[in-house]
Amino acid sequence: MSQLLIAVALMLLLALLLGAILGYASVRFRVKADPLVDKIDAILPQTQCGQCSHPGCRPYAEALAAGSDDINKCPPGGEDGIRKLAELLGVEFKPFGADAPQPKAKAVALIDEATCIGCTLCIQACPVDAILGAAKQMHTVIASECTGCELCLAPCPVDCIRMIPPGSELTNWKWRYPTIPIRNVSSGATR
Amino acid sequence: MMPLFDFPGGIHPPENKAQSSATPIRQAPLPPQLHVALRQSMGNAARPCVAIGDRVAKGQLIASADGRLSAAVHAPTSGVVSAIAPQPFAHPSGLPELAITLDSDGEERWIERQPLHDWQQRSGAKIRDFLAQMGIVGLGGAVFPSHLKLGLKLGVSPLETLVINGAECEPYISCDDRLMRERADAICDGIAVTRHALQARQVLIGIEDNKPQAIAAMQAAAAAHGFGVVAVPTKYPSGGAKQLIRILTGKAIPHGVRATEHGVQCFNVATVYAIGRAVLHGEPLISRIVTLTGAVEAAANVEALIGTPLDQLLALVRPHRDSHEVVMGGPLMGFTLPDLAAGLTKAGNCLLVKSPALFPPRPPAQACIRCGDCASACPVSLQPMDLFWFAKAKNFDKAQQWQLFDCIECGACSYVCPSQIPLVDYYRFAKSEIWAAERDKNAANLARQRHEFRQFRLQRDKAEKAQRLADKAAQAAARQAASHSAAANVAPASDPKQAAIAAAMARAAAQREAAPLPEQHSSGLNDAKQAAIAAAMARAAARKAAADEAKAASGQPPAPPPSSSGLDDAKQAAIAAAMARAAARKAAADQARANQQPDP
Repeated sequence: MSQLLIAVALMLLLALLLGAILGYASVRFRVKADPLVDKIDAILPQTQCGQCSHPGCRPYAEALAAGSDDINKCPPGGEDGIRKLAELLGVEFKPFGADAPQPKAKAVALIDEATCIGCTLCIQACPVDAILGAAKQMHTVIASECTGCELCLAPCPVDCIRMIPPGSELTNWKWRYPTIPIRNVSSGATR
Repeated sequence: MMPLFDFPGGIHPPENKAQSSATPIRQAPLPPQLHVALRQSMGNAARPCVAIGDRVAKGQLIASADGRLSAAVHAPTSGVVSAIAPQPFAHPSGLPELAITLDSDGEERWIERQPLHDWQQRSGAKIRDFLAQMGIVGLGGAVFPSHLKLGLKLGVSPLETLVINGAECEPYISCDDRLMRERADAICDGIAVTRHALQARQVLIGIEDNKPQAIAAMQAAAAAHGFGVVAVPTKYPSGGAKQLIRILTGKAIPHGVRATEHGVQCFNVATVYAIGRAVLHGEPLISRIVTLTGAVEAAANVEALIGTPLDQLLALVRPHRDSHEVVMGGPLMGFTLPDLAAGLTKAGNCLLVKSPALFPPRPPAQACIRCGDCASACPVSLQPMDLFWFAKAKNFDKAQQWQLFDCIECGACSYVCPSQIPLVDYYRFAKSEIWAAERDKNAANLARQRHEFRQFRLQRDKAEKAQRLADKAAQAAARQAASHSAAANVAPASDPKQAAIAAAMARAAAQREAAPLPEQHSSGLNDAKQAAIAAAMARAAARKAAADEAKAASGQPPAPPPSSSGLDDAKQAAIAAAMARAAARKAAADQARANQQPDP
């Protein structure tokens, strides 16, 4: 009888001890943020453009982590981005919706400095503080910081902001995919 | 005879060096106009430090280095700067690049040359800085700034072996061969300087055994210095730095590790020649020897000024009529020049004229049959067929796992491929895509940081504004309360007095919090202080109560019951008062607007 009691007491003690350790560990080593959100956020292109109808990339990442939104809402990420999200979240690849915004070539905002009236509306709209200027002074876009989100286009009262594709330079030049050049043999043959 | 080692793979293409190596080096005539590109190294383009219209002397600094991997640029001859504008550039992209256009005056007037006569007494660091000013870059093809190779942190100190690369393994090229035959003494002087800067124990000069005259000349010159001249078996690409180090020392430099960490450093013969000219004669790098060969009448090596238009150089050797393109570099690693108006760069060791007769067009690529010939030819023991597969499928992660970045783009795999697949083109494509992805990732990280900071900034501004408004309201309320109490004549305390008391209380509270005094403190001074504080608090409480009474009397909402912190209470009361006033004002304004608005 006493052996049984000792065994029960021992097990109880052990359970309490382990429970205390586990309890302490769960408090001490608590993961504050959802690590999945960070992983999703790392895939998103950080244009902060809001085309996913969330106010920025991180809120979209949070919505994806919670499963409350689709993975095909990020046009700047392109289909590659959807593929990466599908792989990370273990869901099927989903193309962009037919009537949803489609991916387009990267571009950088340019303010026509002659037309700019210095209203600061674009400065307030820029999600990455890439526009420099002051009230009633000319504004300009810091091209290297511009994410091409187009959020500055709508607020401009004089429509002086254009999106221009970045110029080709040696620093961003890429070798082309090796292809066999196709030559037009004769224009009559195809008719 | 020292034992030599071998590297895996390699090929034996027809050498075709005799066409250009038979005749001595000629001086190219002085061109009337030079286009000196500002991007003369693998780093940033240099920053011009002359203006249009400036008269410059030969050897004068015209653009200074911008950043670590950048190289200084000097005027190749005396003349007038006529333009600083984008010009055609010797690069596979065909994109124009900023260049300084110099109209030569034909005088070849040198700037005052200042050689480092006492280099033997100078430290490696001093020589390094000197070479950086002289714009010396690796002339073997990589154009890596030489001073950085001298300045790398040495793993084994002093350096065990200094390898001098005279292998020149690529077909058709013979500029290093001619340089070694004709200027062996000057090369050895340069080696002596380099060896002193690196404090290297031994010097090994590796030369492929298809250049017997060069070996003989170098042996004669090196004997006095005690440098070892080693004839290495002819095999492409033995002129790769890691390959030559392996042949001479048996050391295989691992991926991602610098050769210096294994006690070896490698310089090209043309580079050490330039180092010698700079240190002993004070001449910056303004000219180089170029092999002009291929489908030409009289292949030759010429010494040309940097910036000489390439078409003028080619005119010296009279290209065949059927020549259709010109390659800079050799037939295996070179690239087709998009525009021959470009000026010669420091990287330009060879101009190879191609004609359909001499270089029949490559047959169309067939499918990979996985024969493995490329793998046995690869000098870095990669699996070229797998890399090709991954690059073709744009599976770049996998290509990187298969060590794509260890590929030296030597072209041995493309050369042996029975299916005629342009393998190196695929690797270059994959590499530049990976670099582009890296740039995008960095840009995304920057955007994330900036966005997060913006959000933090907005929050902070909002909080600061609220704080400012609250403070203002509190002050206004305090003034109002003071005037009220003065009117009621209950407590004749004026504003400054009240503020002083409040401040004193705050100080006391802070002190209490910082160092809570024990109840039974015996120090007389502290007791006195405590008593004073208590008295002050009592006075303040009394005055406050009076003020509250007054307020209540004047129809304002009474302040909440006093708690331990008098200052906060006052503030709260003030805020409440301000809010009430604001509400009243708003109501009044609304009323006024309603009255103003015409009935619909």
